[in-house]
Amino acid sequence: MAKQYETVIGLEVHVELATKSKIFCGCSTRFGGAPNTQTCPVCAGFPGALPVLNRQVVEYAAAVGIACNCHINRLSRFDRKNYFYPDNPQNYQISQFYIPICQNGWVEIDTPAGPKKIGIHEIHMEEDAGKLIHDEWEESSLVDFNRSGVPLIEIVSEADMRNAQEVIAYLEKLRSVIQYLGVSDCRLQEGSMRADVNLSVREAGSSVLGTRTEMKNLNSFKAITHAIDGERERQIELLEAGKTVIQETRRWDENKESSRAMRSKEDAKDYRYFPEPDLPPVVISEEWLEAIRSRQPEFAHERVKRYQEEYKISEKEAVMVTEYRNLADIFEETAKLTGNPKKSVNWMTGETMRLINDRGVRPEKIRFTPAHLAALIQETEKGELTNQGAREVFEQIFDRDQEPTAYIEEKGLRVVKNDGLLMEAVQSVVDSNPDAVTQYREGKVKVLGFLMGQVMKAMKGKADPEKARQMMEEILKQEP
Amino acid sequence: MELIQFTAAELSEKIRRKEISVLEAVKASLDQIRQMEPEIHSFVTVTEEYAYKRAQKVEKGIRDGQYRGPLAGVPTAVKDNICTAGIPTTCSSKMLEGFVPPYSAEAVRCLERAGAIIIGKTNMDEFAMGSTTETSAFGITRNPWDRERVPGGSSGGSCAAVAAGEAFFALGSDTGGSIRQPSSWCGVTGMKPTYGTVSRNGLIAYGSSLDQIGPIAKNVKDCALVLEAVASWDPMDSTSMKRQDLRFSENLTGDVRGFRVGIPKEYVGEGVEPDVRKAVERAAALLEAAGAAVEQCSLKNTRYAIPTYYIIASAEASSNLSRFDGVKYGYRASEYEGLHEMYKRSRSQGFGTEVKRRIMLGSFVLSSGYYDAYYLKALRAKAVIKEEFDQAFSKYDVILGPAAPTAATRIGESLKDPIQMYLGDIFTVSVNLAGLPALTLPAGLTEDGLPVGVQIIGGCFQEGKIFQAACSLEQALEPWHMAFEKEGHVHGKTV
Amino acid sequence: MAQQIDSEIIDQVSILAKLELTETERQQAMEDMQKMLDYIDQLNELDTSQTEPMPHIFPIQNVFRDDEAVNGDDREAMLKNAPKQKDGQYQVPKTIE
Repeated sequence: MAKQYETVIGLEVHVELATKSKIFCGCSTRFGGAPNTQTCPVCAGFPGALPVLNRQVVEYAAAVGIACNCHINRLSRFDRKNYFYPDNPQNYQISQFYIPICQNGWVEIDTPAGPKKIGIHEIHMEEDAGKLIHDEWEESSLVDFNRSGVPLIEIVSEADMRNAQEVIAYLEKLRSVIQYLGVSDCRLQEGSMRADVNLSVREAGSSVLGTRTEMKNLNSFKAITHAIDGERERQIELLEAGKTVIQETRRWDENKESSRAMRSKEDAKDYRYFPEPDLPPVVISEEWLEAIRSRQPEFAHERVKRYQEEYKISEKEAVMVTEYRNLADIFEETAKLTGNPKKSVNWMTGETMRLINDRGVRPEKIRFTPAHLAALIQETEKGELTNQGAREVFEQIFDRDQEPTAYIEEKGLRVVKNDGLLMEAVQSVVDSNPDAVTQYREGKVKVLGFLMGQVMKAMKGKADPEKARQMMEEILKQEP
Repeated sequence: MELIQFTAAELSEKIRRKEISVLEAVKASLDQIRQMEPEIHSFVTVTEEYAYKRAQKVEKGIRDGQYRGPLAGVPTAVKDNICTAGIPTTCSSKMLEGFVPPYSAEAVRCLERAGAIIIGKTNMDEFAMGSTTETSAFGITRNPWDRERVPGGSSGGSCAAVAAGEAFFALGSDTGGSIRQPSSWCGVTGMKPTYGTVSRNGLIAYGSSLDQIGPIAKNVKDCALVLEAVASWDPMDSTSMKRQDLRFSENLTGDVRGFRVGIPKEYVGEGVEPDVRKAVERAAALLEAAGAAVEQCSLKNTRYAIPTYYIIASAEASSNLSRFDGVKYGYRASEYEGLHEMYKRSRSQGFGTEVKRRIMLGSFVLSSGYYDAYYLKALRAKAVIKEEFDQAFSKYDVILGPAAPTAATRIGESLKDPIQMYLGDIFTVSVNLAGLPALTLPAGLTEDGLPVGVQIIGGCFQEGKIFQAACSLEQALEPWHMAFEKEGHVHGKTV
Repeated sequence: MAQQIDSEIIDQVSILAKLELTETERQQAMEDMQKMLDYIDQLNELDTSQTEPMPHIFPIQNVFRDDEAVNGDDREAMLKNAPKQKDGQYQVPKTIE
């Protein structure tokens, strides 16, 4: 009988922090600058240059640590991690090794078997490396240090995950928490969130860990899933063949759906960590910690619960509307202004999501004034707008945060309330479409749609459709 | 008296009074350089054109009231491990030949703000690793007192430049004695300030936790004035200290009545040349005569300072010097196959023997399996050494001793045995480990006519007491002459 | 007794230090390092069991800068020092096979 194997997975997640300047110098962190135009002697590793720590990085790292239920070390230090690589301008990376800022935390994920806690071993602060571009023409590589020194936190989990679904759930959880904190946009594709997967297999029931490998270059959930499945298979095959797994770093190639070892004899893996003499320790006082704690937002999982109780929306709606903090905030404000959470959530999960897809914009970038949506909802409640009119107004709000009332007036979208005018239009449609009227009276009620369409056309879309339908039905019910 | 014989304070006074122009001062220094360099070789780079341009600006600045301080218009030399924007900065290494920093060190900016004029960059032991200036990739510097001897190191070029009258003062750096030992051997006054007093921003790091920039001058007063100019709190150096007590020149009263002076018996014991011991004893007697209470004390952990120092300095150096890899600046080997060979060849060809020796040692003591036994042990020993000094300074205002066990050694002598060379650092390295300030001033001559300095060590942030004691001693000693004056190598304008 | 330095350690250290030693240099390095370690060995006579390691000499802490992007573009002054450059970037031998 074939042996049963269990997969054991731990993650090292790097998150780029959304600070204005780099971790140790005043260079900008913005994307898209020409190569090496956002560099200085510090982040390009020039002789004599010294690092000075960006306070915001400490606050962000501590905030994530608090959100992940970590112990925040009152004193933490920076250490140098020594290794040679062209994207690492000093040939050492300033990181935290001996005393990281956060330790011993956890986050909870949902699994088919119920909620599960994933342990966080530590969170530490460090600097990002530069970018290497491979120049095919000259068989060389080109180095751009614009990203060098961008602040990162590395979140190291315990080996608590057992399959790809749990890994994805864990990453989703981190992403949600970090986005709610406003600390990073956490985009895998763009590298603002990077996950390295440590994976080993062992016979089911064993309590001894197998030899693990580390997988790098995973820049989508799909790649992570493929890499986990592929590496699990590879390790099991090795064990089944009586071979051993080598502890090594492997690079995943999503195109080939396979990995290869990154080892070379020139990379003696000994980082020679030692305390960074250029940076004094970071000491977080109780007051400072309390100030950071007091700025913690209410997170998605907390809001899901509250929204169901307070706004009586469904769990599914609550989960959807809390996926992004900005959208949840708009929902909540709108619900308060209108007193109509149901309609508010519908706009947020319906039209908003449709437009996000249609416009190809990032959900976390959506900003519009809740009062505008609230005004729109109130107009629709008063029957002032047709559905089509309401959608048109909402697009204006979504695209350019348009104040709706002025727009409705300007475009003349308000439903015509003059009953006489509407009655005239209805009567005129009945008079000029005798065939359809006959069909209706013979029981083909479907033609009502056509007749209504004619009315709306005549009214240029500004009729109250409900009222128009009532009038139409009244006339049609009368014997000819 | 010739122009170049003035101290910095005297020169700037004469410039202020329009008795001498800045241009004349610069020209006098450059003339002296032209005369002395073929024999002494204090400089890696002489910045003649730059100096003349600066002279005009500073002259105008002085007349406009922009520069009022005591260094305005004074020609100075800067050690070649201190970055100067637009001026090559090489650390006397092939690795950095032709490197032109895009920025100036904070200490250099301080000098510029004070109106001093940089006339060149001085020779040194490669990357400040050595005690003789013989490990420079650009040739040795000779001691102005005796051409067959070394000037000491690693700031040998800066000390020789002052001793030879080529510069009125200079900046050096001191990681384990690199200002104080060559000052002693060249008969000039040099000081290593409390760690964090002068910004390290722009100082090309050797041992980051030990490095300090400091002044090298003709006398104690100039030394205090220069330190006053370069000491600053710099937000670009996270280890820089905010100090309020930077008016060092106010401590030049020479009044040491009631001062308690300790002389560690370990500093005058075995291995110290009689002439050196005599100089220390005489200095002690002079201080006593001036009203200080001098007594012998003990720093029993002195012998642990050298192993502790070499572990910490080498470890930090191995990491600090890893940035020299042929990618961003400096030397790249001409032939290589692939990235790693480019790294290895560039570094092996670009660094000299002593630098490689320390990088190897430093990489080893940090490597997995040895870190605790060597590096952590050294960090603990450092704490023990500091604690011992703290106790000593609860009893004494200053500690008096030699700066080195001998006077200047002969060229080629020390490099034969590295350990022997390291042992010469015994009286200086512990000061760096404990972050203390210390000053060396000339205190006599050996039978061979070589200068011998004594070292005055103070508690942290106690430069004021050091200057008081040094000033008193200087007044009590017979007038001191620079090497060039003794030899009559005086060129330029007579005033 | 002090740690013994063999050729394996020297080779490993030269990989870490990115130094390429000739056979003579290698022998010399082995000898030098051995001498140094023999000398350093006396540190073990110092009792440090009650002493914490001291990375920084002064108890300063929390030296920060504010999160402001203040640096201008100094690319040309820096890049002109590069042994090889192309299109505003530092050029190095190909990093992946």
